[in-house]
Parts: sequence; structure tokens; C-alpha cells
Amino acid sequence: MSTPAPEGRAAAGVRIAASDLTRIHAHGEQAYPEECCGVLIGRDAKEGEPATVVRVIAAENERVDSRHNRYVISPQSLLRAQRDARAAGLDVVGYYHSHPDHPARPSEFDREHAWPGTSYVIVSVREGKAVDCRSWRLRDDRAAFEEEAIAAAPATI
Amino acid sequence: MSLTIQIPTPLRRFTGERGEVQVEGATVGEALRRLVDQHAALEPHLYTDEGKLRSFVNLFLNDEDVRYLKQENTPVAEGDTLSIIPSIAGGGRR
Repeated sequence: MSTPAPEGRAAAGVRIAASDLTRIHAHGEQAYPEECCGVLIGRDAKEGEPATVVRVIAAENERVDSRHNRYVISPQSLLRAQRDARAAGLDVVGYYHSHPDHPARPSEFDREHAWPGTSYVIVSVREGKAVDCRSWRLRDDRAAFEEEAIAAAPATI
Repeated sequence: MSLTIQIPTPLRRFTGERGEVQVEGATVGEALRRLVDQHAALEPHLYTDEGKLRSFVNLFLNDEDVRYLKQENTPVAEGDTLSIIPSIAGGGRR
């Protein structure tokens, strides 16, 4: 299980507790028809092992224009989230956002605004109901996202 | 001037797993250029093909967003720390 990902390939997969997935779905439904977003805190993927999410932080959508199809977490909020995570011996391992009435796949805009080595979880919300949830990693050459498996993690608090 | 650049966790794979890199430079922009000169695989994740800093890449010099200073022309002092923070922006539909 410790085979490194091939060169240029996105890796890993992500473990998320069912309760955290429920929280992400609920955030997406609550924000509908606007997009929601949040930060995934946990342990980074290592040597073929998936990343593990231990905490989900729901972020306010800080963008005031076009809120239904864009989401923004300010760098200040992120700097704070990162510091808190590091203080707890953890990392920011990814982000989630919702796609209202749109599939759980990254858009071209998402690709332009992403880094490799990060889990991007997208929840599709149709007519107010979360219907699909997928996680994606950007390839090292930035050419495309690859879907990664979402596996169950032990419940968090 | 010598300053420390803190490398965000997902980009450490492009700096040989180093979390901090020391570089020389008179300005933030110069220091960042030095960084990508040393670690070329980092470049596409920080700069566009046209050589402009990507819009979602934010630079904090000792906790100050350089956007509110002199952006990439912000002068650096010996011992400063530069942090690279993404702003998380996305969207499903145009």
C-alpha cells in the first residue's frame, strides 16, 4: 500500500468521517442556491496513504458579488486556520465547496485556482438537496484534476 | 537581504520537502523569483505562463498582506519571513 503515485499523477485519496461528510452536505444545502465552502484540517497524505480529515471548518463565503457561483475564503482566514492547525500538529489538507445545480466536478475556474497535493471536495446540490460528493486532486502538471477516493474515517467530535 | 520563505505544505514536494527556504533579495518579488529559480517545479503553481503571480496566490510579509504594502515591490529587511497563502476561490458555473 506504500507505492508512491506515478510521476505527475495526483495521488492518495482522502479519509473523511461520515459525520463530517454529513456536515459538508448540510452546509451545501443550507447555503443553496449560493455556494458554500470550508477548510479540511487533518493529516497530509504520505507515501501512498490517503490524507485523513480530522476537522471540518465551515467558512463564510466572503465574496459579495456573484455568490451563487463563486466562493472565497480570505487569505487572512486561511492564515488563521493554518496556524490553528499547525498548533494542533495538523495541516490544511484540503477544501470543500458546493456546486449548486451543477455536477460535483471541478470547473475550469477551479483548476486555475488550485494547487496539487490538496484534496478538493465538491458537493453537488440540486434543488436544495446534496446529491453527490466527490474529491479531486490537481495533477502536478496542472493539466487536469483527477478524482480520488473518499473513504470513511473514524468519527470526529 | 536574506529572508525566510515558508513553503505551504502541498508545495513542499517541489522543494525537496523543505518547509522553509532562505533566499536573498531586495524585494518580495525578487526573493520569490530566487525561490523558483532554485526550485523550478514550483514556478507553474505560483506564476502564470506569462510570468505573473497567480491571482489566488497571496504573499504575507511578516503577517502583512503585501497587496496593502507595495505588492511585489515591497522591500524586505534582513530576517523577514514571507508566507505564501492561497485564497480559496472557485466556482461551478460561469
